[in-house]
Amino acid sequence: MDIMGLFARHRKLLQVGSLALLLIFVATLPLYGKTFHINMVNLILMYVVLAVSWAMFSGSTGYMSLAPAASFGVGMYTMALLQYELPFPVIIVVGGLLSFMLALLTGLVTLRLKGMYFAIFTFGLIVFMARIVAYLESQIQHQRGQHIIQLDSSTIFYAMLGVVVVTVLVIYFIRRSRVGLAMQSIGGNEDAAEHMGINTTMVKVLTFAISSIFMGAAGVVMAPRLIYINADIAFSPVYSFMPIVMCIFGGMGQFHGPIIGAAVFGYLEKTLKSDLSTYFYLGFGIIMVAVILFLPNGIGGLIQMLQGKIGARLKLRKGGEAGQHANT
Amino acid sequence: MPILEGHGITKHFGGLAAVSNVDFHIDQGEIVGLIGPNGAGKTTLFNLISAALPLSSGEIRFKGQKLNGLKPHRICKMGISRTFQETKVFGNMPVLQNVLVGAFFGTPTRISGADAAREASQALEFVGLSAMSMTPVKDLTLVSQKRVEVARALATKPELLLLDELMAGLNPAEVSEAMELVTKIRDKGITILMVEHVMKAIMGICERVIVLHHGEKIAEGTCNEISCNKTVIDIYLGEETRAGS
Repeated sequence: MDIMGLFARHRKLLQVGSLALLLIFVATLPLYGKTFHINMVNLILMYVVLAVSWAMFSGSTGYMSLAPAASFGVGMYTMALLQYELPFPVIIVVGGLLSFMLALLTGLVTLRLKGMYFAIFTFGLIVFMARIVAYLESQIQHQRGQHIIQLDSSTIFYAMLGVVVVTVLVIYFIRRSRVGLAMQSIGGNEDAAEHMGINTTMVKVLTFAISSIFMGAAGVVMAPRLIYINADIAFSPVYSFMPIVMCIFGGMGQFHGPIIGAAVFGYLEKTLKSDLSTYFYLGFGIIMVAVILFLPNGIGGLIQMLQGKIGARLKLRKGGEAGQHANT
Repeated sequence: MPILEGHGITKHFGGLAAVSNVDFHIDQGEIVGLIGPNGAGKTTLFNLISAALPLSSGEIRFKGQKLNGLKPHRICKMGISRTFQETKVFGNMPVLQNVLVGAFFGTPTRISGADAAREASQALEFVGLSAMSMTPVKDLTLVSQKRVEVARALATKPELLLLDELMAGLNPAEVSEAMELVTKIRDKGITILMVEHVMKAIMGICERVIVLHHGEKIAEGTCNEISCNKTVIDIYLGEETRAGS
């Protein structure tokens, strides 16, 4: 019995085991890690939430949403406005719910739009939110931006980790549920899905809104790290584009694709952008072009292909052995 | 007793009447053919029945219940299922999963995962695609994709099945197989309305034929009546057929 055979047999156990190890490693990081590394992992965790939530809706239904920044910004402003009123964990929930409501409204109005129109509308939503928030701020509070009391980095870190765990678990089960199947069939052919008994409008609006909960929650948690936010920072389109780029890079076919993408780009952003910001965008562009040209299914697709090849080679070897036995 | 009735069905696209003032009925357990030259409004009529398009005027009743204003997913749950002229499959999903969608969502009551899986594999076996259940549908031939659509429609447990050009592009042997399949579906107790250009299939299995031309119903009757009807011969079957018969 060779090692590869063992791997193949206990694949499930291995996956769960390595996931648990990874979680333990991340969870214990604040105990021994440097602040720089803690902040980097924190940023990666934030992008994991955004990318996994984006892939859940847009990746499966094919509706390209540019709305993550709107949900994220709503979360940030929720934190800014409620920081003295409510405890931190409650604000996280409230931020998620407010994003849910905004997405529900947006979805009801726009999910009849298809293709590019939906994408453009959701992009318009970010700009609209930024302007309306800035206007209200100047009219009501006579100020620009909000100050947020700094929380210590391990509190933020564990809050973000909590949001990640909830997001990943919930979305994992949604994707495997019949709602997940419904979303996938909408992506495959919306007309056929509708004619097979799926209330496509309801599925789209609801899943769009659910995916926004997590993005809003991530915004709440991230706000105290920035100390000061204003409408342009909170509703920055970067929060919409980065998750998409990460999903394309990681591949949307598998659940872990967006997570890989978030990890790689989160790492690059933190290491390159701090002192070499031009190089960050240069590298960013080159990687994107290379992935789109050579790996249309992303890194996740590449891993799957390699697994398939190794599997086939194993089978071949086994077949050969069996043949030899038959000959003797 | 008619399972489906239409009264004064009309559909305008701008100034063009794609279907105008059509009355029809389909009885329980029948196979009814819907024929007519290209652009006669056959597929539009299908789209009106399955609510892909809203009616301009008129009304459609299914088992006495009015269908006006309902959404396609409601129509499907009521027991009307359909296939498409240009196949609309979930290309990246395996065959079995395509059919599972029908089993999961097409019935009015909530169905358990195990039951849905059983329904789906039964439907696949019924159309003869069990061997390919794990193949992505986009890798299948057009003929097989059309069968996937039939299996998917059957998995929704319909009482009335609308088949839109199931046999277009099939060779004679495949047409015979498809005819057999349609008869088998009817024998399960499912009423069938089919749009078809393959006259051999229409004449072979339909009990009744409805003829559309420029959106109007110009004839209706048994296959024999239709093939002797002078208007039909002139506008649809053409001079050659008359000369031949």
